[in-house]
Amino acid sequence: MTVSELAEPGKAAGGETVFSLADARKQSGLDEVLAALDHDLVGLAPVKSRISEIAALLLVDSQRAAFGLSTARPNLHMSFTGEPGTGKTTVALRMADLLKRLGYLNRGHLVAVTREDLVGQYVGHTAPKTKEVLKRAMGGVLFIDEAYYLYRAENERDYGQESIEILLQVMENQRDDLVVILAGYKDRMDTFFQANPGMSSRIAHHIDFPGYTLDELDQIGAQMVGQLGYRLAPAAREVFREYLARRREQPRFANARSVRNAVERARLRHASRLVSQPELMLSVDDLIRLEPDDFLASRVFQVPPAQP
Amino acid sequence: MRITQGTFSYLPDFSDAEIRAQISYALDRGWPLSVEFTDDPHPRNTYWEMWGLPMFDLHDAAGVLLEVNQCRTAYPDHYIRLNAYDAAKGRQTIALSFIVGRPAYEPGFRLDRQEVADRQVRYTTHPYAADRPAGDRYRAS
Repeated sequence: MTVSELAEPGKAAGGETVFSLADARKQSGLDEVLAALDHDLVGLAPVKSRISEIAALLLVDSQRAAFGLSTARPNLHMSFTGEPGTGKTTVALRMADLLKRLGYLNRGHLVAVTREDLVGQYVGHTAPKTKEVLKRAMGGVLFIDEAYYLYRAENERDYGQESIEILLQVMENQRDDLVVILAGYKDRMDTFFQANPGMSSRIAHHIDFPGYTLDELDQIGAQMVGQLGYRLAPAAREVFREYLARRREQPRFANARSVRNAVERARLRHASRLVSQPELMLSVDDLIRLEPDDFLASRVFQVPPAQP
Repeated sequence: MRITQGTFSYLPDFSDAEIRAQISYALDRGWPLSVEFTDDPHPRNTYWEMWGLPMFDLHDAAGVLLEVNQCRTAYPDHYIRLNAYDAAKGRQTIALSFIVGRPAYEPGFRLDRQEVADRQVRYTTHPYAADRPAGDRYRAS
């Protein structure tokens, strides 16, 4: 069937065959993945909207293919930029799963690598090493964390360049088998792309991960506490929020990762608090309730809050 | 004379899609694959040249097929086979081995008779192609 046949006059608008995209949606299990994404990841509105756009495109493409219309395979290589702890790896994992469900990838596994896994240490070491990783990632997603380390401007004989060239070649020729996601800080990735325009042009989706607002961090924290099987005492909720507000202003704040660490340390203090009072009779609620003291003991509360 | 060796030897040559399906089967069972090539396909020549190391830790057929195609490009007039190893028994056992590439022209084998003492006759098969130097044997001249 060609496009001209579809558009032939006298036939019902949109062609003679009626079908429902909703059925195709249901079959692919797309909605569950998107709903899980929406539920599990707090905030990240631009990321989510881009993902559902990609999902819609692939869904329509699969329907087009079912009707014999030509479908050029879309280029899905991506770059994720953002502060540490904004969920780049998590989204990449979900993306691999999503692309598998939509039939774009065969296996949908994620191979996460850094510079050390790709770049060799002596002449002739890099190419086999990079190829090995690429083969391992085929059928899934290759996630290159801190991709800007691949390119070292100060050393033009650095083997990173060789690795980049092989990557580019495979990204172009084996588009059907592999999706490459580059991740890193925004400014350094920008420099990286400036130095490697070929890389930039082969990446269709540049997605920026915004930092979390205080409300979002609070929500993430509540979610993490729940996942670990704990609950915040009402007073502890306020303290936790205050903790996050202070921690945000301090250096080396890593968004969701810092929240996770805070919760882990509160667990630690909670446990030692219980152990240090052997005479107390405990209820189940004591085992799952985090008190304000578990947070107040933190180093964060010892420094005065930053002056605005 | 078309040489038949390994699994599927009496079937017509596989297309790339069929090879891919066989590779997926092997990978799904956790068998790593390796590519080997030779221009001396005598039935008693078990050890073919290795095209790289056996490929461990692969998840998808595309990676293996990539190596097969690179080997085909590098050695167009050679026999190429894929081996799948099953390590489940604690040793490397070939579970599947089949030819994925062959030269365009296969002249075949001739039977040599050698007369020895007491009118005995010994037989041996000799590939016509082996009269040419290694690396040059199946090149279309």
